[in-house]
Amino acid sequence: MSRVAIIDYGMGNLRSVAKAIEHVAQGASVVVTADPAEVLAAERVVFPGQGAMPDCMRELDARGLRPAVLEAAGSKPFLGICIGQQMLFEHSEEGNVPGLGIFKGEVRRFPADKMVAADGSRLKVPHMGWNEVWQKQAHPLWAGIEDGARFYYVHSYYVDPADPALVAATTDYGIPFTGAVAQANIFAIQFHPEKSAQAGLQLLSNFMSWKP
Amino acid sequence: MLAKRIIPCLDVSAGRVVKGVNFVELRDAGDPVEVARRYDEQGADEITFLDITASSDDRNIILHVVEQVAEQVFIPLTVGGGVRTVDDVRRLLNAGADKVSINTAAVNNPQVVADASGKVGSQCIVVAIDAKQVAPGKWEVFTHGGRNRTGLDAIEWACKVASLGAGEILLTSMDRDGTKNGFDLGLTRAVSDAVAIPVIASGGVGNLDHLADGVTEGRADAVLAASIFHFGEHTVREAKELMRARGIEVRL
Repeated sequence: MSRVAIIDYGMGNLRSVAKAIEHVAQGASVVVTADPAEVLAAERVVFPGQGAMPDCMRELDARGLRPAVLEAAGSKPFLGICIGQQMLFEHSEEGNVPGLGIFKGEVRRFPADKMVAADGSRLKVPHMGWNEVWQKQAHPLWAGIEDGARFYYVHSYYVDPADPALVAATTDYGIPFTGAVAQANIFAIQFHPEKSAQAGLQLLSNFMSWKP
Repeated sequence: MLAKRIIPCLDVSAGRVVKGVNFVELRDAGDPVEVARRYDEQGADEITFLDITASSDDRNIILHVVEQVAEQVFIPLTVGGGVRTVDDVRRLLNAGADKVSINTAAVNNPQVVADASGKVGSQCIVVAIDAKQVAPGKWEVFTHGGRNRTGLDAIEWACKVASLGAGEILLTSMDRDGTKNGFDLGLTRAVSDAVAIPVIASGGVGNLDHLADGVTEGRADAVLAASIFHFGEHTVREAKELMRARGIEVRL
């Protein structure tokens, strides 16, 4: 059975991600780890992230995990979640920090002047709650998930890829923004599949059987 | 479009869900995991646990409850009640809570909101505000179930906690709580219009239209209710169907 490593660099609780994967992939070996060797030994890698991107980048490097993350992102089925998606990009407006630079593009904050709903009311930031995820390319991770299915988001920043071909899904919140990106063995999402009920469990299940 | 959220709230005491009857008698209402799973199946968007355990010896029980629920219910969980320090926040998050709600401790020491959101991120920190009307268009923050005045203006306090790093406000009208007369829509709207973070309306829900009113007139981002769901009067799904019929975006 598949062995999956969830990379733990001290930013937030990873128990929910681990339990959700165990729930959908009975018998899978799920390890939450800060050990680069375990990351490299796994067949699949989940790269989560919570809080602020500058803290996440600092803690990742403090634990010496950057080379293992880069290696995994270049070779194995790799799922980035939330800040774990944002960190794949070149740079973030949050704290003006560089990311890992696997993808070209910027992580931006929701623009205050666009945070207005159709009825004129104010859209709140963080963008918190269940929003529609519109699939922009066919992908094995969307199998069994309806186009426009709702997933749980909680974030104030979003990725803006330089290459539009990366975009796997968009969501509308004042502006259309990129909710998911995909390239080769990497799939990365801003929303939280481990908190998105059935749709989220389906996506995690798809990840566990994905053969890119 | 972002859906408006419906959040059932469960009172938990010494590891069991309890229901208040006539404000005094507490009746056992089941196992938290089973109740949470039932609300998840009905389409609840999140679940809030309020730990009302009286004895401080039993405080750690809530951590086990959160662990068990988080293993089996894959929607966001908020936990509040007796949260005083950044360590309390961390313990609850590590047990599997997604958000932690701080009430009295924020009033006593506003710095705890800044410290906690600095450590774990704003998205995890909810500040609960209990407010009572003191004059037309004016509400004051109370603590201890509405017994203690704080002298703080509710709208100013909401703006202050938002600037300290709260990610969301859980706003309860102490005038309406338990009355079944509906949310205090004036209070809800005043706070929601004043802050840029999401506001959850709470206190007073007696029927499903009250939930919809909280969104349309109160401009709340989410609505929280306890008794109308616990006593089997209505399901979360029924609430969402009514809200949709009234033109509100929901997850169904």
